[in-house]
Amino acid sequence: MTTTERTPVAAPATSAPHQPAGGVNTHCPYCALQCGMTVTGKQVAPREFPTNRGGLCQKGWTSGALLDSAARLTTPLMRTGGQLRPASWDTALDHVAAKITGIQREYGPDGVAVFGGGGLTNEKAYLLGKFARVALRTSQVDYNGRFCMSSAAAAGMRAFGLDRGLPFPVTDLDEADAVLLVGANPAETMPPFMRHLDPSGLIVIDPRRTATAEQASLHLQPAPGTDLALALGILHSVVADGFLDQSYVDERTAGFEDVWRIVARWWPEHVERVTGVSAAEQRRAGAMLATARNAYLLTGRGTEQHATGADTVTAWINLALALGLPGRRGSGFGCITGQGNGQGGREHGQKADQLPGYRKIDDPAAREHVAGVWGVHPADLPGPGRSAYELLDALGEQAGPRGLLVFGSNVVVSAPHSAHVTDRLDALDMLVVADIVLSETAQRADVVLPITQWAEEEGTLTNLEGRILHRRRALAPPDGVRTDLEVLHALAGLLGQPPERFPSDPETVFAELGAASAGGPADYSGVNYPRLRAGEALHWPVPAGSDGTPRMFLDRFAHPDGRARFVPVEHVGPAESPDDDYPLRATTGRVLAHYQSGAQTRLVSELMRAVPESFVEVHPDTAARAGLCDGARATVASRRGTVCVTVRCVPSMRPDVLFLPFHFPGEQSANLLTNPALDPTSRMPEFKVCAARLEAA
Amino acid sequence: MTGPRKVVIIGYGMAGARLADEIRRRDRDAERVELTVLGEEPHRAYNRVLLSSVLAGSLRTDAVTLHRADWAAGHSVDLRLDTSVHRIDRERREVLLDGGEAVGYDALVLATGSRPLIPPTDGLLAEDGTPAPGVLTFRTLDDCERILAGLRPGAPVAVLGGGLLGLEAARGLAGRGSRVTVVHPVGHLMERQLDPAGGGVLARRLGELGIEFKLNTKAMRYLPGDGLKLDDGGHVPAELVVVSAGVRPETALASTAGIDVDGGIVVDTALRTSDSRVHAIGDCARFPGTPAGLVQPAWEQAAVLADLLTGTDVSARYRGTPVVTRLKARDVDVASLGEVHTAADDPEAEVLCLTDPTRGHYVKLVIRDERVAGAIVLGAPDAAASVTQFYDRGMPVPADRLALLLGRSLPMASASASPADLPASAVICRCNSVSKGQLVNAWLQGARGVSGLAEATRASTGCGGCRDVVDGLASWLVNTA
Repeated sequence: MTTTERTPVAAPATSAPHQPAGGVNTHCPYCALQCGMTVTGKQVAPREFPTNRGGLCQKGWTSGALLDSAARLTTPLMRTGGQLRPASWDTALDHVAAKITGIQREYGPDGVAVFGGGGLTNEKAYLLGKFARVALRTSQVDYNGRFCMSSAAAAGMRAFGLDRGLPFPVTDLDEADAVLLVGANPAETMPPFMRHLDPSGLIVIDPRRTATAEQASLHLQPAPGTDLALALGILHSVVADGFLDQSYVDERTAGFEDVWRIVARWWPEHVERVTGVSAAEQRRAGAMLATARNAYLLTGRGTEQHATGADTVTAWINLALALGLPGRRGSGFGCITGQGNGQGGREHGQKADQLPGYRKIDDPAAREHVAGVWGVHPADLPGPGRSAYELLDALGEQAGPRGLLVFGSNVVVSAPHSAHVTDRLDALDMLVVADIVLSETAQRADVVLPITQWAEEEGTLTNLEGRILHRRRALAPPDGVRTDLEVLHALAGLLGQPPERFPSDPETVFAELGAASAGGPADYSGVNYPRLRAGEALHWPVPAGSDGTPRMFLDRFAHPDGRARFVPVEHVGPAESPDDDYPLRATTGRVLAHYQSGAQTRLVSELMRAVPESFVEVHPDTAARAGLCDGARATVASRRGTVCVTVRCVPSMRPDVLFLPFHFPGEQSANLLTNPALDPTSRMPEFKVCAARLEAA
Repeated sequence: MTGPRKVVIIGYGMAGARLADEIRRRDRDAERVELTVLGEEPHRAYNRVLLSSVLAGSLRTDAVTLHRADWAAGHSVDLRLDTSVHRIDRERREVLLDGGEAVGYDALVLATGSRPLIPPTDGLLAEDGTPAPGVLTFRTLDDCERILAGLRPGAPVAVLGGGLLGLEAARGLAGRGSRVTVVHPVGHLMERQLDPAGGGVLARRLGELGIEFKLNTKAMRYLPGDGLKLDDGGHVPAELVVVSAGVRPETALASTAGIDVDGGIVVDTALRTSDSRVHAIGDCARFPGTPAGLVQPAWEQAAVLADLLTGTDVSARYRGTPVVTRLKARDVDVASLGEVHTAADDPEAEVLCLTDPTRGHYVKLVIRDERVAGAIVLGAPDAAASVTQFYDRGMPVPADRLALLLGRSLPMASASASPADLPASAVICRCNSVSKGQLVNAWLQGARGVSGLAEATRASTGCGGCRDVVDGLASWLVNTA
């Protein structure tokens, strides 16, 4: 591409004084592909980087608009007389610290909870978890990544003994003859990723004919919530058609026999009845993967965000193992991470059950190591707390937290059964939200803290391939805002912590993170800012002195015996079934022009012109039966709520399925509909299927 | 009731094994049900549905076993293999085994399955009533192994019966290199599931795969080592005769015990026989409207009965199973469901038909009240899958009936249409929301080539997939402007 280092469309940039000529090399503020980009003034342009190959989608191109958005918060806000009013930082932080102290005196340490995000830098995620465990001594900390990666992480841990989204560099995909994408729509969610996929070998499994599916040579279109059965059917066909990689199964895995006993009951014709995917297509998918020299199987949220998400991913891993893909150079299994730091965010201790370095919080050795780094007694570290939805569900309840600090998340829009979550937030004694704009969650807060954003601060992120990236500061933040690290530093001090325990300098925090992670599964101790600034490609684990691990599992898997585990899983189907009142199945997802809850992208006028509002995609016949046509206003109702959106008739939709994007707030919020039924292992809610009804508005 | 309920299952086939699984799924620690399973065969339960795959050579015999060797011990099941039941004593609530032992029960489940029928052709049975040398039924794992042991590559094999199982066997054997002739007494194949036109298309397709057919013909006599003499005077050479001429529900124990039998052990919605302590499921049971011989009804019955026997859901009832028949044979795709014999001119129904025998396609749809009431789908796997979804889920059929008949909508044409034909509003670059109109404007303002247009509009800078279209548009503009 020739677009690198150019700044098209807009007027000439006025560089900030400290910017070098040609701009500052950094990475996009949005998804986990973390496209390389250059910021010049407040304009961005793509640059050559292995993950994006000089490409950028509309979100990335327009991200400079975030830097001078009129909606930007530049002063803390406090609620007085029912209104959010400007306040000084000192007043706001003193108030927060006093409330925390008061609540904890009455309700104990767990009276205050922390909710983080997968968009936070590694440094923020780390310090936030430490703040919760050390300054607040609360066990009640989790993050929105629970809604993203948790099912894949749980399944990966179970199968491989360790979970890294892609255990190989993205560029390895370039050489693949076949790639199976399950419930992933990168053509919309991370478009430059598609540069690594050859359409002639691309198989897509998605209930919708997405932009990604349109590029595939084979698209399997199962009913929502039936992916697990489909995985069983394809695995059955692989075995029955003689494609089982027996020597790999014998040498590198354990447990195939028990998996086969279940899979044997799911022959393709039986699976066809459950999924709607023809037996012939199941066999074709299996054969394409099996006969490819190099093949990959990748999952996304579509197959993971179910109350059976961990088992569903396990079923796909079982298929990959039967084909001999994982841990073999040029082939593999992976999960496509969603949020910008969805990978790093899950490794550094903002998860309810984990400590930095991807350590388990109930492991005595892990507690001792981390407590040592933190200078506290291991017994003073709290144990595991509630998972994200359970935490939100407990807010303001008898035994639940009374105060909540939210960093980098907009749960009013992004959590399932969102009307209920909003009620719980409103029941709190104190809600504190740190954000760049007055998000829907911030609007309900008692205290809002204005913070810096991506190009205004330094930090590291870990992209979808486990590579640690350095995001440079490209320009000074507006007056009045602080970094999240500065906020945590100040609050910890007010709560009586020694100031050096919560540094506000990112490089210092990163060095401490490295020490805390040393020896853990996600070991960052060999990474430092100078290496990252020099452009080294470091994929974790990076123990001290090492050059990192671009490809994991080549010699052995992370279980003690070195073998991957086949885990028997059974198809049970969605948590709720359609009935006469709710005869359809609704599923939720994303559009290219928006990101997550839309709190950022809805500020960008060009993106709002592209997709100004929510909509429901529906087959024209289903719309007509509801008395609706393309462009009409419709209500979609589930057993939990109702949304009001515009109809888009899409002939490739299954007639029993509705699709809604979840980026929009208020009466358009798709998460008013979604089912908070949780996966028993990963605690992932069932975002991707619920029973629903379509009517004229 | 004090203590766990004593449940005895007679039969350790697909139905009996499934019931045991379903009971233990609900009562893992045997707190509510004490379970005894009596199996007549010496093997552990196996998946009969996969026997045709074993015969075709795609699965090994050990791949069809349903349970591990340690299953019974690990699940608190008193499993007795190689155990025949002599009779049922309903008064004493005991099952008497051939060895004389009595096994008491609180609830008894008959899952005795069915037995293959052997047609009354001279010579098929030896004097002692067992099949003559070279004659094999196709029902059990042992049958399967015997057939495989008797095969000689290239040698002629006759299959008696052109029903579902007979055709699966024929296809499997043909795939192994046998010269297969199917002898079927009816005028077309799979007459229960197909109409004559569909049967004809199927025979043609199987014929292309090397199978010969003698339809509307009965075998009169079998001569070992020679073959079959037919009632039309013809002769079918056969070293091996595989009999697949239907099955008979195994009801002897029930009828001897005085339980109502009418073409099967009659059961109600609670899967009770005429004795409320005795249940029956699977092929041996008869439930109105549900045909025997398929596994789906047996599995659904097992789930309902497990709910009842464990007390998990005492209101569970079996309401019948809409049956979809699929032929499992490589390179042949057959689906049949619901009513299939409705004539095209039936005034009460909407009947659609598509016949393309040359390419092996035949699709017939019977629609009533906007729902699929029946269908035959040959050689159109996508249509089979979507028609089945409409049937199973009771969804109203598409307004565009032909779309359903042809399978789901064909893959959309890629954006290779001439740029001239696209409307100005057509989105060329989805990643950056760039329309044809914007590209044309950029060109008018001086942008040239893909890189110039990309720089001006960002088109093709996302996934890169539209690069060729942008390139085509640039050439078109050069040539037309």
